[in-house]
This record gives sequence, C-alpha cells and structure tokens, in this order.
Amino acid sequence: MHINWSALADTAGVSFVVTVAVVAAFALGVLALGRREAAVEAGSGRGTAALAGAGVCFAACAAAVGYGLTLIAG
Amino acid sequence: MEHITFLVAVVIVTALAFDFTNGFHDTANAMATSIATGALRPKVAVGISAVLNFAGAFLSVKVASTISGGIVNEKAGIHPSVIFAALAGAILWNLVTWLRGLPSSSSHALYGGLIGATVVGVGLDGVNFSTVVTKILIPAVASPVVAGLAAWGATKVAYLITRRGGAKTTTKGFKIGQMFSASLVSLAHGTNDAQKTMGIITLTLVSVGALPKHALPPTWVIASAGLAIALGTYMGGWRIIRSMGKGLTDVQAPQGFAAEAATTAVILTSSHMGYGLSTTQVVSGGIMGAGLGGPKAQVHWSMARRMVYTWGLTLPAAAVVAGAAAFVADQGTWGVVLVGAALVAGSGTMWLLSRRQPVTASNVNEVPELTDVTPVPVPGSAASPATTPTTTVAA
Repeated sequence: MHINWSALADTAGVSFVVTVAVVAAFALGVLALGRREAAVEAGSGRGTAALAGAGVCFAACAAAVGYGLTLIAG
Repeated sequence: MEHITFLVAVVIVTALAFDFTNGFHDTANAMATSIATGALRPKVAVGISAVLNFAGAFLSVKVASTISGGIVNEKAGIHPSVIFAALAGAILWNLVTWLRGLPSSSSHALYGGLIGATVVGVGLDGVNFSTVVTKILIPAVASPVVAGLAAWGATKVAYLITRRGGAKTTTKGFKIGQMFSASLVSLAHGTNDAQKTMGIITLTLVSVGALPKHALPPTWVIASAGLAIALGTYMGGWRIIRSMGKGLTDVQAPQGFAAEAATTAVILTSSHMGYGLSTTQVVSGGIMGAGLGGPKAQVHWSMARRMVYTWGLTLPAAAVVAGAAAFVADQGTWGVVLVGAALVAGSGTMWLLSRRQPVTASNVNEVPELTDVTPVPVPGSAASPATTPTTTVAA
C-alpha cells in the first residue's frame, strides 16, 4: 500500500496557511472599520484611509471565497 | 424484470431517504456556530443552509461519477439489493447518532454500509481495502487535527489583531463574516454530500442496465437528490446543532468565524486532492481548535471524547448492520421487504423516542445541565437484523 505523505502534508499546510491568512485579513478589515467609526465619532476626519484599508482587506477575503467557489464548481 | 423494477424503485426511495437524514444530520456542520453566537436566528440559518445545499447539488457531478471512489469494486457484481442493504445500515446509524445528539459522519455511515453489504453480498474481494485506508481512514484521523490547528491559529490571530478594537464593532463584524463563512460551508456540503446520493442512484441504474456505463447522473436524479438533502437540512437536526454549538465549547463570533474558515479551507483543499473526508469531523475539529485558541481556552472534553468514540464506531457499526441486511435482502423479494419493514420500524421507533425530549429551534441554545442530551432508554428489541444498532448503543 502506498501512502502519499507529501500530498497529505501539502493539503494540511495549505489549509492552515489559507485559514490563518483569510481570518487575519478579515480581522484587519474589522479593526479598520472600527478605527473609522471612532474617527467619525471623534470628529477627527472621515477616516477615509481606514475605510480604504478595510475595503482592501474584505476584497482579499472575497477573492479567497471566489477561488473557493471555482474549486467547488471545477 | 418486474422484480428488478420493484427493487430499483425501493433503492431509489431509500437513497433519497438517506439523503434526507444526511441533510438534517449535517445542518449542524454549517450552522451550529452561527446559531450559537447569534449571528443567525435558528430558522433563518436552516433556511439559508437548505437553499445553498440545493444549489450546491447542481454545481458539480465530479464526486458522483466516482461515487464508490474505488472503495467497492464495481466489476465484482454489485447488485441493487447490496446497495439497498448499504443504505439501510447507513440510515439506521445516522438516526441512532442523531437521537443521541452526536455529530457522526454521514459519509462514513454510507462508506461503512457499502463495505459491509459488499463483503456479505459479493465477497471480500469486492472491497478495495487499500483505498479505504489511504482515502478514508488516514484523512479521517488527520482532517479534524488539521482543522483544529488551523482554527486555533486563526482564533489566536483574530483576537490578537482586534484586541485594541471596540468589542462591539468586532463582534458585529465577525457575526456578519459568519453569515458568509457558514453559507460557504453549506454550499460545499451540498456539493459533496448530495453527490453521494446521486452517485448511489446512478450506480443502481447502471447496474440494472437502465443507464449506459459511466453515464452522468440524469437531471431528475440531481434535482431529487438536491431536494431531499435540502428538505432534510431545513428540518434542522437541532439535537446535533446543540451539541456542536454549545456542547463542545462556548463559541464567540471570532471563534465561530475562524472555525468555519478552517472547515471550508480543509474541505476544499482535501476534496481537490481527492480525499473523501467527513464534513462533520472537520467542523468538530475546527470548533475545538477555536475553543482552545479563544480567551478562555476551554473545551468540554467529555463531549469531545464521546464524539471521537462515535466517529470510530460509525464505519464498523454501519458495516455490521448493512452486512446483516445484505444477508437477509439476498434471500429474495421477501428478504428485501423484511429489511424495508425493519428499516421503517426502526426509524419510526427512533422518531417516537425523540419526541420524549424534543430539541427544537426555540430551545436549541439552552444547554441542559447534563452533557447527555438524550438519556432516553433504548429498547432491547432485536427482532430483526436491521434494529441491531439500537442494542449496539445500549451496550
């Protein structure tokens, strides 16, 4: 019986990295949104930079989801 | 010819019944943490999950066209009564574990049923045991660990990044995120599990010559399989949702999001590599990892232990029941009728037992003092082979 350990290790490694990366991006996006809210409430500008940062983070998450969908449908 | 038509009809109905139990058994996989954290109201959650499971069934037929996944050797002479016995074993095991509120793997129940029925009905050489080890057993052990590690890491990172953010904004953000992550799990589940039923029905039709060899599932098969799993999902396996959402650990929104992200990542990468893993086990591993990675770092180990025991039992238990059913069903039409009657009687009994302590959408988030969700007495009736799982659990 041949067990392909390297394929197993690859699968595990990719899963771990993707998960942590997506959750980190999402958490950064949430943090940025919070900063923007705080800035608006404090009246110190509109927090445009924070909003743009949040946009980038969520777009990265959306891209990961889109890739996931193509994997499912493939 | 009449006999074959009757049998084929019975197999198709039974396959759809299995698909239905698969649906409500696995609603928890996608929705347990979203319901537990309050990201989605219970009824809304099962509704979304049902629609996405149905949609998922239409996305791909890749798994269906290789259903047996090389587990059983199709050329060895698989016939409809063997498939029927396999399904009977899988359904009964699914219902027993649901009654106990234990998230066992529907896929493993089906694989176990196929293996047991094939060994009895065809012989040992009908099963490719090396495929069983490399594609099922090893991933079954590895996948919950990988999902757990990934969810643990992701939870740590999420709390680290948002530690200076406002708690309210953070919770709200992750709850919205959970809607997406839970939806993706549902979709992936529909694609994977609805296809297994499609594959079973197609295999049956091919085995009696109603379809040419290597045929793709016809549209009516895809639609009915999708519908059966969606209906089952909408029923909501509330007992299992409670065990997974509240029984393992106290899940907060960032943990729920991390667990679902890990689940999706593991399922997608593994199915891409051709490993037939269990959504249920991956999700459970993810939730445990997220629980340990959170600020309280706790997991209810007694519940975790019970789940792991059930996982180990699922494949052999379904195999034993299916093997017994295959022996009876092989005796001819009366045998098939007997197995069918035992299946209906066993399912009915378990449903009646479940009414004694109903778990519904309204009380799904209330945790009983005991970790044991259903301390219902198990009847010792072993009048027919198909009711043996009840006694197995009592033992």
